[in-house]
Amino acid sequence: MGEFAQQVINGLSLGSIYALIALGYTMVYGIIQLINFAHGDVYMVGAYVGYFSMTTLRLGFFESLLIAMVICMVLGVVIERVAYKPLRNSTRIAVLITAIGVSLLLEYTMMFFVGAAVRSYPPLPDYLTGSFQVGGVTVGNQQVLIIGVSLLLMAILQLIVRRTRVGRAMRAVSQDADAARLMGINVDNTISFTFALGSALAGAAGVLVGVYYNSINPLMGILPGLKAFVAAVFGGIGLIPGALIGGFFIGGVETFVSAAGQSLYKDAVVFGILIAILIIKPTGLLGRNVKEKV
Amino acid sequence: MKKGLVSFLVKAVPLLAAWAIVLVLINAGIVTDYYLATMATICINIVLAVSLNLITGFTGQFSLGHAGFMAIGAYTCAMVTMAEPSVLGFVGGLLGGGVLAALVGLLVGLPTLRLRGDYLAIATLGMAEIIRIILLNQDATNGAAGLSGIPAFLDWNWMFFLTVATVWIIANFLHSSQGRACISVREDEIAAESIGVHTVRSKVLAFMIGAFFAGIAGGMYASYFYFIKPDLFGFLKSVDILVIVVLGGLGSLSGSIIAAILLALISTALQPFPELRMIIYSLALVVIMIFRPQGLMGSREVSLGVLNRFRRREPAVATASAAPAIRRDDDEEVV
Repeated sequence: MGEFAQQVINGLSLGSIYALIALGYTMVYGIIQLINFAHGDVYMVGAYVGYFSMTTLRLGFFESLLIAMVICMVLGVVIERVAYKPLRNSTRIAVLITAIGVSLLLEYTMMFFVGAAVRSYPPLPDYLTGSFQVGGVTVGNQQVLIIGVSLLLMAILQLIVRRTRVGRAMRAVSQDADAARLMGINVDNTISFTFALGSALAGAAGVLVGVYYNSINPLMGILPGLKAFVAAVFGGIGLIPGALIGGFFIGGVETFVSAAGQSLYKDAVVFGILIAILIIKPTGLLGRNVKEKV
Repeated sequence: MKKGLVSFLVKAVPLLAAWAIVLVLINAGIVTDYYLATMATICINIVLAVSLNLITGFTGQFSLGHAGFMAIGAYTCAMVTMAEPSVLGFVGGLLGGGVLAALVGLLVGLPTLRLRGDYLAIATLGMAEIIRIILLNQDATNGAAGLSGIPAFLDWNWMFFLTVATVWIIANFLHSSQGRACISVREDEIAAESIGVHTVRSKVLAFMIGAFFAGIAGGMYASYFYFIKPDLFGFLKSVDILVIVVLGGLGSLSGSIIAAILLALISTALQPFPELRMIIYSLALVVIMIFRPQGLMGSREVSLGVLNRFRRREPAVATASAAPAIRRDDDEEVV
């Protein structure tokens, strides 16, 4: 029982990171039906920004988190404006290939500047490194931090999407971009804002991962990015609650597969889940079935 | 009949000449092993790109898992030739790898090809990752260290004729009724279905043929470079192949061939700077998509069939304007 609860805690902290990344995927997909392959690399950039802010600038954890979020926000908007906006009316394959191109560009540009070597995150202040016992389960302060920060950001996101004008514009554009434009919504700005929100969350996830796993490298974004995408698909792509459920589910599955001594196969299991979901219910757990029209 | 023969010779003679010239140069020691390795890379990339083009360019099914099929072919061919180091073993391994890759293509394709564009891309990517992870964790495949000391059978003759055969078979498939059905699926799936094209069968067929030749390419790779490991067949390899197809033009076999040669030369030149190579690759992807999404060739073809035009011009002047469709058809032929 204790072992199980321990793995649940581990799964929750990993899952909240996946959920943060998956939110960006799902919002972008919801609004322009694009799998933003570069999203995982925005997360990688966030991790590096956090790293340099903590080492070179000697800032604290929360300041670094904020800086990473702001820089990733700008990066996300720039990517959208430069690479995706000119392709608004192209085929989906064209945009998808562009997204892969942007992803590789971010990875290898980063590698060019910082080198391919793995870097380890600077040690955290004492209040973040300790751990405490709850009923025989060891909970690290880091884990509390990760889960707490994630939940806070998700709550803020939900507030923006549900309660503000720009949030309402986002929902309108995702339902029908043309109709939204007729109602006087600036669709381009709304799309940029969506990228800004998603990228900021990815940046935060990057710093949290750096703190949690203590090592970062320029290619670290590929696999978590793909898994976060699996999480988004699992929950129903385009749906914010779906991304949360999916993120926690994938994090949990991965943790339990590792705990069962099959850690070598944990990625294969995640992709197996993806294929199974796509075959059984391609719209995801919470998705509704939309008939394709001629 | 005679006309067909002449047309065939017009295409076959330059090809055979190219093959013979290189053969002579190899025997004369002018083409060294270093150049031959580049040529092997080009041949393998042509086979990979042409087969991916069949799936993505002509049938419109976006696949990100081509490296997975290549891995199946490479490991099959490697293990068969290591157990049976003879030409027979090599051919058996090559074909076995192709067939196995095609079967996996069928297994994955049947359910997932019902998905639309980008979902399919992710599903195929997941499939390739699963293949790689399985190879990584088997004793028989020697895990992450991979297999080395694979008997080398792929000389210039093999690589040349395997490549030509691949292009020839796929070009002919595309001109068959099944091939036309595949192209109609790309143009408009719903319209194709409404005129009686079995869209799922067309997609699965294209997927299997593409997978088969990706497997062959994997076998060629294993046999020439006599060392394989799972990491060689990761996501980046799939992207590499995709770059060739996109650069050459989705829906142009000759474009794929030209792009494969061009990119091999560029990456040979950039060998000392591997990071720069990837930056240029990725920039090229983005820039091509924004400014010339149809690639170098679009869906046009250049072919040795062009040579036919010079021959036919004099007697065919009178009928040329009457039969533009037929002429266009000829121009599209490859090889």
